[in-house]
Amino acid sequence: MPGNPQLNANGELQHLLSTEGLPREILTQILDTAESFVGVTEREVKKVPLLRGKSVFNLFFESSTRTRTTFEIAAKRLSADVINLNIAASSQTKGESLLDTVANLSAMQADVFVVRHASSGAPFLIARHVKPHEHVINAGDGRHAHPTQGLLDLYTIRHYKKDFRGLTVAVVGDVLHSRVARSLIHGLTTLGVPEVRVIGPQTLLPAGVEALGVRVYHDMLKGLREADVVVMLRLQNERMSGALLPSAQEYFMKYGLTADKLALAKPDAIVMHPGPMNRGVEIDSSVADGPHSVILPQVTFGIAVRMAVMSIVAGN
Amino acid sequence: MNALPEAEELLPPLVAELRARVTPATAMIGLYTGGAWLAERLHAMLGLPEPLGLMDIAFYRDDYHKQGLKHDPKRTRIPFDVDGKDLLLVDDVLYTGRTVRAAMNELFDYGRPRSITLVVLADRGGRQLPICAQHCGARLEVPEGMRLRLKRADDGKLRLELEHAG
Repeated sequence: MPGNPQLNANGELQHLLSTEGLPREILTQILDTAESFVGVTEREVKKVPLLRGKSVFNLFFESSTRTRTTFEIAAKRLSADVINLNIAASSQTKGESLLDTVANLSAMQADVFVVRHASSGAPFLIARHVKPHEHVINAGDGRHAHPTQGLLDLYTIRHYKKDFRGLTVAVVGDVLHSRVARSLIHGLTTLGVPEVRVIGPQTLLPAGVEALGVRVYHDMLKGLREADVVVMLRLQNERMSGALLPSAQEYFMKYGLTADKLALAKPDAIVMHPGPMNRGVEIDSSVADGPHSVILPQVTFGIAVRMAVMSIVAGN
Repeated sequence: MNALPEAEELLPPLVAELRARVTPATAMIGLYTGGAWLAERLHAMLGLPEPLGLMDIAFYRDDYHKQGLKHDPKRTRIPFDVDGKDLLLVDDVLYTGRTVRAAMNELFDYGRPRSITLVVLADRGGRQLPICAQHCGARLEVPEGMRLRLKRADDGKLRLELEHAG
């Protein structure tokens, strides 16, 4: 790949496709800009005129309610016009190719495409073919990346812990299938978190995950020790039917986050989850609703982070 | 360059003017970055009871479509209810008037002030919009292509500086 496909000739963010390969300055720019947008979302008039006259197309080739809604809210708070396309129910079922779909939308004067696709790399393919004034934001592609979720996790950690240096962050669960985990881990290492741990059964950790700069734990009791941040991943129910896991009950026993296990982490540890949660599978209700949980603030910050990403790419 | 006035010497007469204008509903807002520094000083010298508000107008600029977000915006913090206030809007240098236009647009997303008064340290002319300052420390002739900026030294002292616009 020649250069970084996310950056323009001036090294500015043209598309957001992955946190992998993004320089620290751009990650920090996004987080700082998001902080200013948090101020906007706390006002009575939660809207700024920045993207007035621009069109944001939400292209969801894979269903999602929460992510699509937060992108929609973010775009509307920037005064953009938002068009939601549920592609599963549109031309794709009639055989139109991905690039034909995008070319048609481009002819309708799109400025930003927010893309979710079950195939890893689909947003990269689109980014390579759009016009210079069009921007692509990856809203989750296959098992590959979910950069805005990773960024909102980074924002949440910075909000509560102030500084990334000196932190121990534990990511627990199904790392193998998690685009959220991958996007977060790349961001954490770029921003200088000295210790990132992944905790899970062998079958749910990708082979060679250490290459990402993380420490691997199969024993959750060891992995949680002295952690500042605990990120729980969703256990997708469909994984249960395969040979990867014995049963939800057994998984909860070994890798579900309970108050007892959380007591091993630092007293001021925060607990995060990208949602939607499976209560009683990867996280106990008492923890999800407990004093360490910052799961709902994550959702609120997610809107400001998506406003920041859209306003930065659309201006470059 | 020698023609530039000492910023510190412009403050006391400006404060004396403003004091005559203060009402029980007066509150102050400074525009980042230079206007915020100036506002901190004026706010303290006037002893205004309402805490100082600080605004970054990045999300309201009229050149976003050309320029994008060129710096990381600071967070606007207005720690009082804008409704019904007599606002002193403070910036360091008044030039085209576009920053003030953006600031007024942002302010009205916070509420409906009773009045807005513009206070600047220096007016360099070159207006592109029908905006003028009610209180101005100095009127200066600055050639086009030069940028007049307020700087703050480590000891907190303010001074005006001319530099070539990049």
